[in-house]
Amino acid sequence: MSENVADEKIDLRGVLCPINFVKTKLKLEMMENEQVLEVTLDDGEAMRNVPRSIKEEGHKIIKVEKLDGGYKLFIKKSQ
Amino acid sequence: MPESTDAEKVDINELKSGGFIKQNQKDLFTVRLRVPGGRLDIDKMIKIAAVAKKYSRMGYCHLSLRQAVEIIGVHIDDFDALVKELAEFGQPVASCGPRVRVPTACGGCEYNPHGIMDTQKKALEVDEKYFGINCHHKFKMAFSGCPIDCNRTTEMDLGFQGVVEPVWEEDPCTGCTLCEKACLEGAIVAAEDGKPIFYREKCVYCGDCIKACPTDAWTAKRKGWAVRIGGKHGRHPREANDVMLFLPDEKVFDFIEQTLDWYKRNGKRGERIGTTIDRIGIEKYRKEVARPFITA
Repeated sequence: MSENVADEKIDLRGVLCPINFVKTKLKLEMMENEQVLEVTLDDGEAMRNVPRSIKEEGHKIIKVEKLDGGYKLFIKKSQ
Repeated sequence: MPESTDAEKVDINELKSGGFIKQNQKDLFTVRLRVPGGRLDIDKMIKIAAVAKKYSRMGYCHLSLRQAVEIIGVHIDDFDALVKELAEFGQPVASCGPRVRVPTACGGCEYNPHGIMDTQKKALEVDEKYFGINCHHKFKMAFSGCPIDCNRTTEMDLGFQGVVEPVWEEDPCTGCTLCEKACLEGAIVAAEDGKPIFYREKCVYCGDCIKACPTDAWTAKRKGWAVRIGGKHGRHPREANDVMLFLPDEKVFDFIEQTLDWYKRNGKRGERIGTTIDRIGIEKYRKEVARPFITA
């Protein structure tokens, strides 16, 4: 699995905290261990909160990509 | 002013030190309960509610700014019975007047993701050791777990606020820039390669960078308490002086004892410690109390 290819994608731009995190969490729960989820988030509040919550859940952010007004996080599911 | 015969038997000042506060209504008092850190076991809450229902002649409680439950409208003739019933399930009455008050605290690190230090544990211990000690005036302490400072340590006679010092290692860092995003203070700026440049003078030691870092390139070097002295609200508010950073948790009792001792020696009757400091200078306090803890 290349770090640039995600198994699943979810676009959470326009989704508020903490719903964006909850949706990320639910998506990850449906995936297999070690699979990669690509999450697109707004800059600002979402980018301040979601990454640390993902870390607290024990998953691994393997890559961060900057977009116009937002970011893509590549999250490896870790059980 | 005429009082009832029963009321005359009781020394009002004595009552106040025990947490009984005179009300507008004749012979009715507010009874302030001792709830360190504002945490109440649910079973205890239910029992307090039953006692309050029985003895409040006004039908309500008030939650004080300092996290106490106050039973409103208790008749002076009911004091003994009320105190006895509260004691049956280990609920003491608080205090008022010129003495060390019940410490307040935020939820702390046990369940709040921002929490750095265990404020609840500390508030309980401090209450146990220092509650009710007589001073020149009231002496309020508070514990906040992080720099958001929900318990307003800048307004306390002595305030403790959790801090964590971040330290960065190059090896694990992938240059993802999440720490820059996480830092609200502009203390972390990503360089061209994404790796952080740290401006220590802007850091408030909240630890958000540590929590955000996906590879643990940012870790906690040390945790402790930021200490503030001489704050108060009221008619003449005074913002506390920051006197040190990273007081180790095990030095808190020492710090309180030395501060109370300094206040006793340098303060005047009826004077808050902030007023003492304004009168004789913060430098004297720093030199005699805070500095030995900093160099230690």
